[in-house]
Amino acid sequence: MIDALAPATIPATDEALRHEVRAFLREHLRDRPLEARARSWMGFDAEFSRALAARGWVGLTLPVEYGGGGRSPFARFVLIEELLAAGAPVGAHWIADRQSGPLLLKYGTEAQKRFHLPRICRAESFFCIGMSEPQSGSDLASVRTRAERDGDGWRLSGQKLWTTHAPRSHFMIALVRTSGTPDDRQRGLSQVIVDLAAPGVTIRPILDLAGDAHFSEVFFDDVQLGPDAIVGQEGEGWAQVTAELAFERSGPERIYSSLVLFDAWLDHLRAVPFPDESSIALAGRIASHLAVLRAMSLAVTAKLVAGESPVVEAALVKDLGTTLEQFIPTAVADVLGAHPDREIDPSLLRALAYVTHVAPSFSLRGGTREILRGMIARGLGLR
Amino acid sequence: MSADPFLHAMERLLAHYCTPSFVRSVEGGGAVAVLRDEVAGSGFADLLVPESRGGGGLSRADVGPVLFACARHLLPLPLDATMMVRAVNASTPEGFVAIAPHATILEDGAIECRGVPDAATADWVLAAFEQEAVLLPVVAAESRSPLAGGPIVADLRWRSLPRAAVGVPGNHDWFAAGAMLMAARIAGAMDHVLAVTLAHAADRRQFGKPLAQFQAIQQQLAVMAEEVAAARMAASLGFGGEGMLPDALQAAVAKARTSEAVPSVASIAHAVHGAIGIAAEFDLQLFTRRLHAWRLAFGSEGHWHGRIGRMLLADGAPVLDAVVRRVVR
Repeated sequence: MIDALAPATIPATDEALRHEVRAFLREHLRDRPLEARARSWMGFDAEFSRALAARGWVGLTLPVEYGGGGRSPFARFVLIEELLAAGAPVGAHWIADRQSGPLLLKYGTEAQKRFHLPRICRAESFFCIGMSEPQSGSDLASVRTRAERDGDGWRLSGQKLWTTHAPRSHFMIALVRTSGTPDDRQRGLSQVIVDLAAPGVTIRPILDLAGDAHFSEVFFDDVQLGPDAIVGQEGEGWAQVTAELAFERSGPERIYSSLVLFDAWLDHLRAVPFPDESSIALAGRIASHLAVLRAMSLAVTAKLVAGESPVVEAALVKDLGTTLEQFIPTAVADVLGAHPDREIDPSLLRALAYVTHVAPSFSLRGGTREILRGMIARGLGLR
Repeated sequence: MSADPFLHAMERLLAHYCTPSFVRSVEGGGAVAVLRDEVAGSGFADLLVPESRGGGGLSRADVGPVLFACARHLLPLPLDATMMVRAVNASTPEGFVAIAPHATILEDGAIECRGVPDAATADWVLAAFEQEAVLLPVVAAESRSPLAGGPIVADLRWRSLPRAAVGVPGNHDWFAAGAMLMAARIAGAMDHVLAVTLAHAADRRQFGKPLAQFQAIQQQLAVMAEEVAAARMAASLGFGGEGMLPDALQAAVAKARTSEAVPSVASIAHAVHGAIGIAAEFDLQLFTRRLHAWRLAFGSEGHWHGRIGRMLLADGAPVLDAVVRRVVR
């Protein structure tokens, strides 16, 4: 069985951050159009990330000695919640901030931490994650990209696919095989840091169905890696990736991807003289789900604060969260389309189209719905 | 004061007296007196009453686990409502009090309360009108159950205001209070339904292996666990906030989300159990029929979605400020 999640409260010192973040966002997002804000954490703006970093809000939970903010996960929850609610373009520093930074802090050598963490916190180093490959999607343990010993260092060859923001990132942390064969599955996998400017790295952007080129394919053609390329223990890549994905799954970004669209639709509804009952009920339904999901996400955050690794709980909240994220565009489209005679602001329609089109990715990225449900089933003792 | 000793005492009492066969017998019109006397004699009804009035002095958040435990055992008494009414109203008479979701005065002066949970085992029914509420003695009412198969809820009717009626001063939102209590019942009962469904999946074998090993079953049970976890959190939110009665918005979210979870949780439980789950002699139906009844009592999700939606639209702020952060503080 999975223990009940206990309601948690954000400490007042962390809640106090909200006011500052709002003032900052009012200033920096003033002219950002709705359809750009609707891109949520897929929006990429290096200048915005650096402005945020200048306020100390990138790497907020990393220790002060590595350039971080030294704040609690609750402070980060407040920050992230405000960024997502406003539709801030956080994509440039996003992966480094929420995954690579914490991963390096946990498993990196002192030299790796000294080199990378301050750059992450200044939003000078952007990271991407090399997991999927042409033949390895949900079956991540089947990756074929290999790092072979070469003198002191390593020689990397293979291919990663669907890598988000690779063309605009400086480093990739890739899951690769360092010994054995794909038949060895989880054994023999390691995480390596790759400088994407190194010779032998070729990155080709892939256009998505919304016209954006956020993801890409990355080729490694005998790329030379130094002796310090391994993150953590050689051969422990699988366990490390599992821990890393717990960070990925526990945040408010798995609840709020359609929030900007929802708020824009609410504004539309408020301007309608006599909104229909089904629209009003839909607004209430979504709000009730958001409230409960936020409470659940905060409860998971409280477990992280307590030093636990709430892998199953995070999977559970993420599956519920992405289900709501996908429900919002579907349901909003229906109630908007129910009144063909009513005028709809074109920017709302563009935001709706964007979120509708990318919504399938909400339950793919970072582990598919079916994989998450399998993890929950394991947590329930069924497997 | 910690609620733990009360929780342990209640769990012992429930395990001993409030068995499925006892619940079944009460539903069939059998005596509830044994359980009733135990619960009444243990002082649980006064847990929320301030210590200055000789009560337990607990907060609503403190009694949450006790009420979840009662719901896991389908306690066939309105202990939850009794606790709340006694906490708010110092002059509540002895006995168990059910809250009526709806009360009307008919043209001939008769008073009608429809869909009252646990009316069959209550001594009093709290009927709320526009500006006041009144406790009506159940013994003086004509009662009939609108639900076939057991008096989970009942309609009551008094020909006129009974002489024994007791006024409850104060303008309180008893409908929201009842909704919050139903949310806790739904969450508690679901918790048990999930446990027995998991046990059945592990136990029952088909095609040479336990149901739990089939991926299609695992995925359904994962969804069920998600809904149960969401319902539990929603109900817990209803226990938040200060004061003896819940905040209207917190109660709204609690009842809306727990009620919405009922159809999927009940249907997955039955799907996994197969035909035996439909059998009267199998206990699952005691739980799922109540889940469906409690979903309707004090407003289904449709009622509360409309109320939350109107609040949200009237407030010009984004949803996080207008609703979400007010509920989750």
